[in-house]
Amino acid sequence: MSTQPGFNTVFGSLVQYTKGTIELVTGKKSHYAFSNIFEVAAQSAPYEKVVVGLNLGYVIEAIRAEGTSPWFTCAHDEFVIAVDGIVRVDFLKLDAATAQGDGTQLAGELPKGRPMGYVLLKRGHQALLPAGCAYRFEASTPCVLLQQTVQGSLSIEKWADICLK
Amino acid sequence: MAMLEAVETESALIFDTLVDASAAHPVTGYKAFNLGSFKLSRDEYFARIEWPAKGEQRSHLIPADAFLRAVMRDVAWGFFYGWVNFDHVVGTRNLYGKVDMYAGTFNGVLKAAGVDYTEQFETPQIMATFKAILRDWTNAGFDPFAAPSETGTAFGRKSGDNIEAIERFRVATRRMPGLKGDSPLRDDLPVNRHFADVAQDEPEVHASEGFEGQLHAFSLFKYLSRSDVSWNPSVTSVCGTSLFCPTTEEFILPIVHGNDRIEWFLQLSDEIVWDIGDKDDGNPRARITMRAGDICAMPADIRHQGYSTKRSMLLVWENATPNLPQRYESGELKPYPVEF
Repeated sequence: MSTQPGFNTVFGSLVQYTKGTIELVTGKKSHYAFSNIFEVAAQSAPYEKVVVGLNLGYVIEAIRAEGTSPWFTCAHDEFVIAVDGIVRVDFLKLDAATAQGDGTQLAGELPKGRPMGYVLLKRGHQALLPAGCAYRFEASTPCVLLQQTVQGSLSIEKWADICLK
Repeated sequence: MAMLEAVETESALIFDTLVDASAAHPVTGYKAFNLGSFKLSRDEYFARIEWPAKGEQRSHLIPADAFLRAVMRDVAWGFFYGWVNFDHVVGTRNLYGKVDMYAGTFNGVLKAAGVDYTEQFETPQIMATFKAILRDWTNAGFDPFAAPSETGTAFGRKSGDNIEAIERFRVATRRMPGLKGDSPLRDDLPVNRHFADVAQDEPEVHASEGFEGQLHAFSLFKYLSRSDVSWNPSVTSVCGTSLFCPTTEEFILPIVHGNDRIEWFLQLSDEIVWDIGDKDDGNPRARITMRAGDICAMPADIRHQGYSTKRSMLLVWENATPNLPQRYESGELKPYPVEF
């Protein structure tokens, strides 16, 4: 039997992450828009959609999931990846899919629709948030989500607060 | 078209008539290839690239293992986005339908000396030639898609081939893996030895009656833990032209990528060090260390090469919108994504 230690895969979490570095030769550190999603989520309000990646209107948002979120909806597909903790996502088939335009929108307090079911995501699990449905997150302990979507009215940019300078 | 999922290279096989190959060398056993005015040959240790400049023949040597790893990526990616530098001298630039091959053109010193050379090819011709080179120069036991500690040697005289290893291509995903009619999950591939500790449980999906098959989730980290190749961005979610292309990384990115657009990296596990240089002349600009949770942009005016000691999970995020190269080159778009 081998006595050599195995490989330890290092993931980050809200409570344990080690932000990397930029060793600059020329230019500006800010041009790399370097942040750490766990640090961002640690400093965010629950379900605040903080833009950590922006590419001509498309975004990656880092979200602190804690408690129950509002109902969201979107006119196009979105995706979510849980990168720390456990989150439940409930889905509604809206009677009238009202979302238009780009990005995530609020679906209202009690959107009308039929429950489609739910998914339970642990670290590393990815779910489709299909166009025209409503969805809601629920996390009993704080955790971190990545969302792939388009910049919308709920997207929050605060680069100067989150990035290496 | 620069869509990652639209890469179609198989048809290049029918263009074998476009390949200008010599007979096998009597000693080494390898064929040599002409591609326009470029000559490509290999011996026991090195790939040799020759080209004309200033009325003389110029040459450049690249270790055979590094050369085959680089050509493997260029072929599998259908020449990718922008510049694929095999090293500080030789590489290709994708013009989406045509491809430039160059020697020294994006090396500040060689360019200034006027000893550089660029020639443009129709994509099927250069693809067919590169595939023929890979088929001939990759020996049995060497997998140019694998990390060094996972595979045998590229060195020595010709000894068999490894066609299976070089026929793997980028996964084409339309919406998300595992959906009906979309790319498959990887349950039939083994977990990589470096990811033996990665949880293999799938998310629970509880669809209500009447909505079976409409909810979809999978374990991305499990999927990545079973990737059988290194440094090979493959699409796992599609939001318009926003493509998540995660990949598993070990040893050195076999090319130095100069993108014709901005891309973003999000380190999902472990650590990668990126060497960043000027896209045009190669001068160093920065060294970036990314650990789990770090996200940063690769501006459109740099080239980058990554180093990963342990196999790590990296999310490469691309914007596949057409016409971006022209918009960056014209100055309409700044090379970096945000100002603050």
